[in-house]
Amino acid sequence: MIDAARIDDGVAVVPPKDNYINRAYSIKSWLLTKDHKRIAILYLITITFFFFLGGAFAVMIRLELLTPHSDLVQPETYNKFFTMHGVVMVFLFLIPSVPATLGNFLVPIMIGAKDLAFPKINLLSWYILVVGAAFILYAVVAGGVDTGWTFYTPYSSTYSNSYVMAAAIGVFITGFSSILTGLNFIVTIHTMRAPGMTWYRLPLFIWSHYATSLIMVLGTPVIAVTILLVGLERVFRVGIFDPAIGGDPILFQHLFWFYSHPAVYIMLLPGMGVISELIAAFSRKNIFGYKFVAFASLGIAIYGFLVWGHHMFTSGQSIYGSLIFSFLSYFVAIPSAIKVFNWTATLYRGSISYDTPMLYALGFIGFFLIGGTTGLFLAAIGLDIHVHDTYFVVAHFHYVMVGGTVMAYLGGLHYWWPKLTGRMYPEGWARLSALIIFVGFNLTFFPQFILGYMGMPRRYAAYPDDPIWQMLNVFSTAGASILGAGYLLPMIYLPWSMRYGKYAPANPWGATGLEWQTSSPPPTENFEETPIVTWEPYEYRPREEKVVVNKILPTD
Amino acid sequence: MAEAVHTTTGHPASAHAALQHHFENMEQQREAGTLGMWIFLVTEIMFFGGMFMAYILYRAYNADAFAAASNALNVKMGFANTIVLICSSLTMALAVYYSQVGKRMMIVVMLILTMILGTAFLVVKAFEYYDKYEKNEIPGRLFPSRPFKWGESGHGSPAQEPGRDATTERNPQAVQTGQEQKPDPNFASRVEMFFFIYFAMTGLHALHMVIGLGMLIVLTIMAWKGRFSPEYHSPVELGGLYWHFVDIVWIFLFPLLYLLGAHGVGGGH
Amino acid sequence: MNSLSLIRNFPLFPDQASTVADKVDGLFFFITAVSVFFSVLVVAFIFYFFIKYRRRSPDEVPRPIEGSNKLEITWTVIPFGIAMLMFVGGAYVYFTMARPPRDTMDIYVVGKQWMWKIQHPEGNREINELHVPVNTSIRLTMTTEDVLHSFYIPDFRIKQDVVPGRYTTMWFKATKPGKYHIFCAEYCGTNHSGMIGTVYVMEPSEYEAWLSGGAAEGSLASQGQKVFQDLACNTCHRSDAQGRGPVLDGIFGKSVQLQNGQTLVADESYLRESILNPNAKTVAGFQPIMPTFQGQVSEEQLLQLIAYIKSLGAQGGQQQQGSINTPAQSNARPTSVPTTASQANRGGAPNSNTTSTGAGANQTGTPARQGNRQQ
Repeated sequence: MIDAARIDDGVAVVPPKDNYINRAYSIKSWLLTKDHKRIAILYLITITFFFFLGGAFAVMIRLELLTPHSDLVQPETYNKFFTMHGVVMVFLFLIPSVPATLGNFLVPIMIGAKDLAFPKINLLSWYILVVGAAFILYAVVAGGVDTGWTFYTPYSSTYSNSYVMAAAIGVFITGFSSILTGLNFIVTIHTMRAPGMTWYRLPLFIWSHYATSLIMVLGTPVIAVTILLVGLERVFRVGIFDPAIGGDPILFQHLFWFYSHPAVYIMLLPGMGVISELIAAFSRKNIFGYKFVAFASLGIAIYGFLVWGHHMFTSGQSIYGSLIFSFLSYFVAIPSAIKVFNWTATLYRGSISYDTPMLYALGFIGFFLIGGTTGLFLAAIGLDIHVHDTYFVVAHFHYVMVGGTVMAYLGGLHYWWPKLTGRMYPEGWARLSALIIFVGFNLTFFPQFILGYMGMPRRYAAYPDDPIWQMLNVFSTAGASILGAGYLLPMIYLPWSMRYGKYAPANPWGATGLEWQTSSPPPTENFEETPIVTWEPYEYRPREEKVVVNKILPTD
Repeated sequence: MAEAVHTTTGHPASAHAALQHHFENMEQQREAGTLGMWIFLVTEIMFFGGMFMAYILYRAYNADAFAAASNALNVKMGFANTIVLICSSLTMALAVYYSQVGKRMMIVVMLILTMILGTAFLVVKAFEYYDKYEKNEIPGRLFPSRPFKWGESGHGSPAQEPGRDATTERNPQAVQTGQEQKPDPNFASRVEMFFFIYFAMTGLHALHMVIGLGMLIVLTIMAWKGRFSPEYHSPVELGGLYWHFVDIVWIFLFPLLYLLGAHGVGGGH
Repeated sequence: MNSLSLIRNFPLFPDQASTVADKVDGLFFFITAVSVFFSVLVVAFIFYFFIKYRRRSPDEVPRPIEGSNKLEITWTVIPFGIAMLMFVGGAYVYFTMARPPRDTMDIYVVGKQWMWKIQHPEGNREINELHVPVNTSIRLTMTTEDVLHSFYIPDFRIKQDVVPGRYTTMWFKATKPGKYHIFCAEYCGTNHSGMIGTVYVMEPSEYEAWLSGGAAEGSLASQGQKVFQDLACNTCHRSDAQGRGPVLDGIFGKSVQLQNGQTLVADESYLRESILNPNAKTVAGFQPIMPTFQGQVSEEQLLQLIAYIKSLGAQGGQQQQGSINTPAQSNARPTSVPTTASQANRGGAPNSNTTSTGAGANQTGTPARQGNRQQ
């Protein structure tokens, strides 16, 4: 077991006297804080709540699908379950997940800054998220929404009798939280880097957050205005998207996916950044092809804006439009593939340890391989016609979003947990939960690929009475219960460790990166004095070659 | 706010009072502010961009109705507003200039002038909106007593139930009466679409103007208190960027909405 | 094909019951093979490295390795090449799906929360059931009365969204008699999962028998004729060129000169638009005086009217299945049916096609275009 004691050769670790946590204890000192680290913790608590809320809806979905008939709940209720599962998970968990928690905490520290460029705006963006979330919660409590998280018109704008407006306002508002976070990151990365921290010395985590922020800033306003138009149409009954009054429902789909496809990369890219950090730290190697990985992030962000039409191959858009979107979609596959190959190559001749974060990283690569390659199926138009809107798609994006983003998020959370809290998590339990999640996840979602290819449409409360379909659904539900247990474990041992875990040294993993050069947890100002960077990223060097004496390796 | 107390001590005593704790120096702070504002304006462009997209698409579908509806807008008022806004941009630019050279009174005067012009714009806009209200040209069911009407023949009976039955309810008497002049109730609904876009876009623009005015008030107070100096005037600069952006949006809106029908695309009336 | 015959009876795989199913599955297996190969390769490398290079002492630090541009280019170019193969494959299969063969039997579908209403040219109507003859190319022209739906037959591997206010089309040729699922694949509200039905693929003789069992109201075209008269369309659209509106005989599938100088092909979408929104695209030489019939005709009646107008075109040949030069996907919004590239590319001037309708819709032996493409 790798733990603090080993790295520090028996030197007793004591927490730093003055850190961002023990600075003040009042509720007010948290709710009015401008410290990016405290705001990150606020986000962490918020999105954890919504992760489990969204998870609760998922449990209901899976229970209903145990049997072919809609017997547990009415179809109407089922529709609300999957809609609220989607809305909560996408807008209140996945989009803020890595950037708003780990990103918020680490972006300034990693570049050697004292805070984000706009601390007040950072706090504001958390409040905006909370206000938006309140609207969505109101919609949930008041009776639910049943439009699907995609809010397709004209169903959402004219037909649905559920609390669409509240949910739409909620989504509209949370969008601004995301915009402001992205704006803050871009400005911070541009203007706040420590002396010597050149662009090519930035950790890949920063590159991926930079790419993510670009999407947040460019894409989110479009969804905001789209949702605004749906709301106006719903309230005033003027047709923008309703064909009964001359509107065009397909325009909604274009505007929606113009954001929502890049939004997929808002969810995924930060996770990829986390994985780059984990792979480097736990193989003690510099990332193979650093620049390729860095520019792959930017490439994904840019191409991501050009492929939205691949969600609409069956919508009746023009044949040639579909062809172009299919063609461009394959371009996005390439940077993703480059990343996977480079991560693999990084392991070559490394010094690989099997700590929990590395297990999560391994899980991420496995899931992302499946999620990514099934994307190839969906980009091939002729094949997508068949599997579009089936469980094949459901399985695909869960492999990417849950298998990818959530694994990266949990991996990153474990990796930086000592930095966030100053305590070590219990390694044994953590490895166990990683294993349970890996098994449960595959059992939940792999059968859905088969179901989807057999033709089971998504968003079905009831499905044909076919023993094979039911068998696959039962597998999926069984897997989901294992997965749920896997997610509950960290919920227990991580808070436990905050009180009972071992004190963490500044650099428990022997990793590079500025965040490991400051104490755990860091002081409010992040560093005692502004660091001056003189080394390349991930500069792990054997002792005899160590040129620059710095704190990246434990001294003995 | 224990942090604030602590953090300001991070800078040497010679640092400017306006330097926030997490910046190294004024230069960095100014750079961050400017870049932040530019990125914010990019998001604004994307925000309006979605609406422009809807406008372009529906104008392509409904060229005739859009031209006719456009002719119903008051070009004179729109033109006057354009001039007002351009003048306000000038006064704003002058305010920025005086903040750079550090003339406190002139900053205040220019900001107040900008506010007056901005308010004038909104007043004119309000008259235009009221005119539309009088003429029953507010789209949708915002004012149930004044449903949208177009033209003299008065189709679209007031009792018409909005909602999912719109298609079947929108039953013209045109067939029976054999009307030949303007027998197309679709035309009215397509005109309504123009007005919807008109109100959505100009309304959003007016909202930005209101926010801008609020910002100007804050800037004026700060200027009055003598907060700005040649070393520190980035709030005025950033405010200027925002104000110019809002003006530029109008520069696009004016021809697209008001002048569209002037070239007689499809005739109109 | 032989290699796939095993999989056909595999319980975790859908039936292959249309001419495109083979192609889609072929593409599926190709992409699966490539994906599995690369995934296994990457995973094998990872496991190998994990074991071989596991950390042996806590303070071990390996030598850094810089990147290799050669490797980077290799693993950029090779996946790109393979991805392009997938793109071409997907596009090829899609073109087969999107372009109906020349002679199809037209069936009309109207979606509604939460049922499928289907009309046969012979006048038979059914709900949530679709009876079709085997080995015949069927073209579905579809719309909806309310929200989006999507017509999906998994065993045929085809799916098409059904959009309010416009027509979308899809076609298939069933290869095996039997019963197959119809699903609504686009979420459409409360009872979305109840919007399902069954396709009955029958031998042609059985199909004829089934047809003659219904159809009390006469053929679709004759129903359309009745609507045409009820709405007094014939007062203006007279067949003697004396009316205030254009002559409709033979107009279907022809190109029409508009007042604004544009030319377009009079397909289903244009006819639909001209009934609902007559003045959007007035034919050259006529006044924009026609009133709208929006709200007076249902989607089903519209389809009947269109079937009638189509039949007017084919009077000479005694055929009403003139569905030739229509775009594969009537993707255009009702108010814009320009002569798109797709129409231009569809081979042959529109006018020349009115003569080729002789091949009967039910002719099972018609060499379908997709038949001589593959294998």
